Amino acid sequence: MATPLALGRRPGVIPGFGLTLGFTLAYLSLIVLIPLAGLVVRAASLGWADFMAIALDPRTLAALRLSFGVSAIAALVNAVFGLVVAWVLVRYDFPGKRIIDAVVDLPFALPTAVAGIALTALYAPNGWVGQYATMLGFKIAYTPIGIFIALVFIGIPFIVRTVEPVLADLDREIEEMAATLGARRWTAVRRVVLPTLVPALLTGFALAFARAVGEYGSVIFIAGNIPYVSEIAPLLIVIRLTEFNYAAATGVATIMLIISFILLFAINLIQAWSRRRLG
Amino acid sequence: MNALTPLEAETSIALGAPVDVTIDAVAKDFGDSPALFGVSLDVRAGELVALLGPSGSGKTTLLRILAGLEAPSAGRVLFGGEDALGLPVQDRNIGFVFQHYALFRHMTVFDNIAFGLTVRPRASRPAKAEIRRRVLHLLNLVQLTGLEKRYPTQLSGGQRQRVALARALAIEPRLLLLDEPFGALDAQVRKDLRRWLREIHDRTGHTTFFVTHDQEEALELADRVVVMSKGRIEQVGSADDIYDRPASPFVFSFIGESTLLPVVIEGGAVTFGGDPTGLDVNKTERREAVLGFRPHDVTLVEDDAPAIRGRIVATRRHGGRRRLELQVGPDHLRAEIDVEVGDEQPLGTLVGFRPQRWRIFPA
Repeated sequence: MATPLALGRRPGVIPGFGLTLGFTLAYLSLIVLIPLAGLVVRAASLGWADFMAIALDPRTLAALRLSFGVSAIAALVNAVFGLVVAWVLVRYDFPGKRIIDAVVDLPFALPTAVAGIALTALYAPNGWVGQYATMLGFKIAYTPIGIFIALVFIGIPFIVRTVEPVLADLDREIEEMAATLGARRWTAVRRVVLPTLVPALLTGFALAFARAVGEYGSVIFIAGNIPYVSEIAPLLIVIRLTEFNYAAATGVATIMLIISFILLFAINLIQAWSRRRLG
Repeated sequence: MNALTPLEAETSIALGAPVDVTIDAVAKDFGDSPALFGVSLDVRAGELVALLGPSGSGKTTLLRILAGLEAPSAGRVLFGGEDALGLPVQDRNIGFVFQHYALFRHMTVFDNIAFGLTVRPRASRPAKAEIRRRVLHLLNLVQLTGLEKRYPTQLSGGQRQRVALARALAIEPRLLLLDEPFGALDAQVRKDLRRWLREIHDRTGHTTFFVTHDQEEALELADRVVVMSKGRIEQVGSADDIYDRPASPFVFSFIGESTLLPVVIEGGAVTFGGDPTGLDVNKTERREAVLGFRPHDVTLVEDDAPAIRGRIVATRRHGGRRRLELQVGPDHLRAEIDVEVGDEQPLGTLVGFRPQRWRIFPA
């Protein structure tokens, strides 16, 4: 009988399980876990009553609701339109395709502050786009709509780049098969193509969502940062820091961390489930 | 995996009425490289036809044109006397089976087979219970009863191909088109499925085209074999026609093993490399031709009588006999002959032989 320990050490064809696992754990600890643990320890020094006071402070709650809510909406919108962009890039050939392909990555490369300033200039009440919104009687910059636009901007590459390879690998025969069985184009896309893209879409959604929740640079310029209205949680943390209120800053940060972890873990579970079905 | 057993007699399935198919001067260009040059073929309702040829012969292109997955550049295709080219692929009502199954991975076996019925417009869509009845019936036909809740990744290759066939049959097709249906399977499964497909065909009676590059498969399975090469039909006929009465050197060399040698016919005698071969024909005018023979249809010539002569460059065991590879004629062409084990001689030996059965083709 092999003991579980012996099983783990059985030499396989691919060597180095022990070494690589050890390295992975050490590396993740150093880069991710230790700083996060420090954060939690710092927050823990607050004491439960103080922590809850910070957590339930209306301003904190408003900021968290705004951050997670707008991030989720932006990631959803990106999932739809990012899928369309990926579809066009994979399925069609047209002049300038390479350029569009490169443009998709720009939000990755641009310093987020630059993106924020550019977007603000565009959408401010006197900006190129913002002036028309003003004429129609609403504001984009300095409202949650502005935050939404900034988060869509920084999130789009995540969806496109995760869906694109899966779509490119998708067997054309699957769609031809659906057609010979009588499925019209849209039916084939809806019933055959989209379901196979679900795991990739979920991955892209999770990445875009996580990025949006943590986004700071591009949002603070366009948001206007009005408490209870357009103040995002990361900004609230910075505000607390500048007030030398480190305890409150780590408190808000810890709450963000917990919510993010729960959400990402849930998305991961859904992903694992849908991947298992696709085999 | 459950073994394939002979079909039970009571198995009966609803089927689309088989149609006869007319392919009339169908041509296809991909850009500037032609894939089909005016191919014509008439197929009776219920016939099982093999499209046989090497890759690039246009056989798959022809199949895809029948399915509506490609549009021909010229020509007509009629199903039961009606123009089929005007119909989009969705309306042709054909059952198609791909080499790599093309199963929908996110659907169960049941949902895969039911797909063609569930995508019908509401007016012509069968009721849920009826769909279920039909799917279970087809599962029984392809001998996968009990596996309807599995996903394709949980099946073996042979099982997947049977699901693909059941899915194609579910729409009650007028025509069944199979593209290298057994190409991705291992030899034993292939043999089983081949026999079993013939049984299914005899039971359901669909007009069926299948594409293959495996001559054994084509000769064994099909009522008629269509041999294709470079976008043209070389010959259409039964297995016997193709094997015994090949219409061209290509068919002769593609089906079975053979040697083709350039010869000159002079005064009723066949000469090779200027020497008489001992073979006679009833034509007298001088002309160049191609002599074809099979390795097992030759006898060794021991004395100085007219024969084809060559040096042995390689030998290998071939079934119950030994195959000799010879270099013959002034141009050192290759010829292959079979001799009894024990009759062979060392490499480099000069041997003479004469075909017993042979064919002359125009050069």
